[in-house]
Amino acid sequence: MTAAHSVAVTPRMAEPVHHLSEDLLLDYAAGTLDEAASLVVASHLTLCSACRSELSRLEAIGGALFATMPPMDLSAGALEAALAALESSDLDGLPASASQKHAADDRKASILPRAVQRYLGGDLDTVAWKRLGMGIETAEITLSNSDEAKAGKRSFLLKVPAGKAVPQHTHDGNELVLILQGSYKDEIGTFAKGDVAISDGSIDHRPVAGEGESCICLVATDAPLRLTGPLGAIINLFVRV
Amino acid sequence: MPMIRHCKAYVFPIMDQSTVVIEGIGLSSRSSNRLRQARSHVIRTGSKKKFMTDAHHADSQQLVEWMQRLAGCQDRDAFAGLFAYFAPRIKAYMMRSGSDNAAAEEFAQEAMLMVWHKANSFDASQASVATWVFTIARNKRIDAFRRINRPELDPDDPLLQPAAEPMQDDKVVEDQTARTIAAAMDQLPEEQAVMLRMAFYEDKAHSEIAEETGLPLGTVKSRLRLAMGKLRSLLGDIEL
Repeated sequence: MTAAHSVAVTPRMAEPVHHLSEDLLLDYAAGTLDEAASLVVASHLTLCSACRSELSRLEAIGGALFATMPPMDLSAGALEAALAALESSDLDGLPASASQKHAADDRKASILPRAVQRYLGGDLDTVAWKRLGMGIETAEITLSNSDEAKAGKRSFLLKVPAGKAVPQHTHDGNELVLILQGSYKDEIGTFAKGDVAISDGSIDHRPVAGEGESCICLVATDAPLRLTGPLGAIINLFVRV
Repeated sequence: MPMIRHCKAYVFPIMDQSTVVIEGIGLSSRSSNRLRQARSHVIRTGSKKKFMTDAHHADSQQLVEWMQRLAGCQDRDAFAGLFAYFAPRIKAYMMRSGSDNAAAEEFAQEAMLMVWHKANSFDASQASVATWVFTIARNKRIDAFRRINRPELDPDDPLLQPAAEPMQDDKVVEDQTARTIAAAMDQLPEEQAVMLRMAFYEDKAHSEIAEETGLPLGTVKSRLRLAMGKLRSLLGDIEL
């Protein structure tokens, strides 16, 4: 759900071309999507009003399904217990607004949606990049759900220098990539800021970052990628992207 | 749309919990007429007991008014009305997702406290009350079952891409969708309706639905897609 009040000041950028799939939005609306993918979804929603209204529609269906559930009565005194809990907390202290003002508001706008900043504990300048070779850098995002992390679900930032390529690879699982800065081009098409690329094992690609600025992406994946180029088999032994 | 009423100083009376539960959701027009009569009777007599009974079936206008009174002046009477309507639904939702009775009840109470604390962020032009409460209950479930704070967009994010067309702020999103959807669900083939309920009520990912039903993942996805498409076309005229 979104609030419309504070959006008027933001200049419009081009709407994304590559959107979230209906499956992803449905799972996010129902609340069953894993944390890593949810982070990509929340970040794309920040950059895409079309997917936000699609989500509103799905949530309205969820709300209507919810309203038609046969109610199950609570035990006697449940309301009084809730009111007593309100009494013991600060009854008059209704928060003025759900969101706090960020000190960063006056600075140059970040490329990182706040959903991501919350995980990093700061803006882009706090990111500890790790070099992977060929100029490519990553920074792991620590998820709060350790079970999902153990099951191989991860999220990380990926930075590819302008004009450079990521080696030819495919995916053993599913991968979501959201472009936060710059762009890249591969066999599927061109992906620019706000676009989401959804890949599975059927995609074998060699993304090349656009010229001008480095391409920074937010990635969610549930399995490591597998290099498929000539040296891929060897590199796979050493590098785990 | 009802105006926010002047807040009265109100000492909250202990409500009689021995309320009569009216079972069933698919009301025939005759029974819903009876409810309407009951409601007007409540308004005339101001009977708390009947008020609670009726709250199981509060209409959308009533829900919006309660939300406005809660946000405007922390009206406990309004909270009691919302509690009577939503807490039993949140409890049912939590139990369908696998909570036991005691835990479901606790989650329902906690979710209702969030309704109180977040009342100011409810915007009747953005969503119906039922949809808004559903998102709170859903997030409570994610928080309780998976121990994560659901990643969400920040409505004040400077990066937020404004909507292409400004939303009409004076329009209230109606809960009529609830009835329309109930009717639409009846029209869905059972095989599709089952998947939709599993996805929304039972906290099941597509892969889990596939496992449980023994159907290929692709079939689960396509049935869900068909179901959503059908619901959307039935709800197509409603600007959400």
